[in-house]
Amino acid sequence: MFLNVGTSSFTQFLSTAAPDLLPGRRPLPPGSASALAPHATTIVALTTADGVVMAGDRRGTMGNLISSRDIRKVHPADEYSLVGFAGTAGIALEMVRLFQVELEHYEKIEGAMLSLDGKANRLAAMIRGNLGAAMQGLAVIPLFAGFDLAATDPARAGRIFSFDVAGGPYEETGYDGIGSGSLFAKAALKKRYRPGLSADEAIRIAVEALYDAADDDSATGGPDLSRRIYPVVMTATAEGTNRLPDAEAAAVAEAVVAARMENPGG
Amino acid sequence: MAMQFYASPEQIMRDRSELARKGIARGRSAVTLSYEGGVLFVAENLSSALHKVSEIYDRIAFAAVGRYNEFENLRRAGVRMADTIGLSFDRRDVTGRALANAYAQTLGAIFTEQSKPFEVEICVAEVGSTPEADELYRITYDGSVNDEPGRMAMGGQAEAVTGALREEHRLDMSLNDAVRLAVRALGSVGGEGGAPRTIAASQLEVAILDRRRVGRTFRRITGAALVTLLNGAPATADGGEAAPADPKPPAPGPDKPAESAGSADLEGKEKPTGGGKSGNGKDKPK
Repeated sequence: MFLNVGTSSFTQFLSTAAPDLLPGRRPLPPGSASALAPHATTIVALTTADGVVMAGDRRGTMGNLISSRDIRKVHPADEYSLVGFAGTAGIALEMVRLFQVELEHYEKIEGAMLSLDGKANRLAAMIRGNLGAAMQGLAVIPLFAGFDLAATDPARAGRIFSFDVAGGPYEETGYDGIGSGSLFAKAALKKRYRPGLSADEAIRIAVEALYDAADDDSATGGPDLSRRIYPVVMTATAEGTNRLPDAEAAAVAEAVVAARMENPGG
Repeated sequence: MAMQFYASPEQIMRDRSELARKGIARGRSAVTLSYEGGVLFVAENLSSALHKVSEIYDRIAFAAVGRYNEFENLRRAGVRMADTIGLSFDRRDVTGRALANAYAQTLGAIFTEQSKPFEVEICVAEVGSTPEADELYRITYDGSVNDEPGRMAMGGQAEAVTGALREEHRLDMSLNDAVRLAVRALGSVGGEGGAPRTIAASQLEVAILDRRRVGRTFRRITGAALVTLLNGAPATADGGEAAPADPKPPAPGPDKPAESAGSADLEGKEKPTGGGKSGNGKDKPK
């Protein structure tokens, strides 16, 4: 089964060789499953002068309960792109893993990376494949951002794509957020975002936006100073993807909290 | 009335072996060897796009000689198998031994069942935490598989090349020494009147599995970095992503694993060596 000529797409290979490994292909019993599985929420992304920044809070919820205080929702998709997710955590983690393998697989088979638009389209196809589950309450919405190696102007190399349950992708200008707290996070970003931000400024603004989301949305967690759990912040630039080390994320989060002690509204 | 000719099974196998051996011997050679910082692959290859050496998985690579379309098919199959195992279990559960066995089964079946065997010889190498832990498997056209001791040569006049390797190869060689030894071994055959040849950098395909990296360890060494290595100046282990038009991404640093949602436990940890501190780090600028 591995020797068929086939395509360079790993999901297309799996759909014939091992369809049980693909999320979205499994028959679901009738009824809504939305209350059964943990949900993940707010992710924000914004473009900077040299790429993109993506940040996500750490809370997973199940109904009115907090199911996880330190879930990680922002992941590198490959060397130059990031993916964050909101929605049913179990399916989303599986989809992120599959997406990472999909991109790496293409790169190994073809000896070249997919274009950034190609990556976004593959992710859209995966989300569309999950439509049945989404209609039964197990929706996953990703946010995809990356550094476009084909961009001629480095200031426009950072690009962000959003999706809905039916797929996408929709390219966003400047910034975007997903998840239950995104309403508040995007409102904060709208006031603070400007083109050409430095990476440090953008990281601060992203963490502030997550703070604002946590302020007004119960499913979004703020920086947990007592347990030392801070937002996951990642960047994608010409040098590749990078996760902000815990110490630096802590410093930013603590600075934001300290500033809110003076002025709770930011 | 059609005449049925009888051919004994021994004769059929002999004929197929001969066909495969001849096909392989026509091609240029490739060398794989362990050195202090990883596993080195050097192949004589006039094309810079059609590779003889490729990445299979995090710590596993593939080198082949013979017919391109046949080993390319095997390479794709290996990548698919590795990615399938890695997705359904974990990245650490993909092993060179499993791949070598799968290749042996495939090639063995093709050799006995099809009218023409694959004219290929392949090497599956997995880099370990120490040179002694490296695994090099040679799989031949008939499906036989051998565990090689730290070095191997394939292709035309492989025995002569292996002989040249055996004399000088040591597991604690530096990358510089290893590359120069491999090129010398490849050049020791095929010269006019038995004289050694000089092989230009543009005719070489060089890649390594870097022992000290976490995540994906496969790197190609091309362009200026390769020339520097061949000329003997000290070079860097992650030397040559070189060719600027190459769409391959730059190497992730040793502190930046190619992490995945499924193997978050790899993050922020030292790579699982038994050896503690990573060597003398002399070929690893930081």
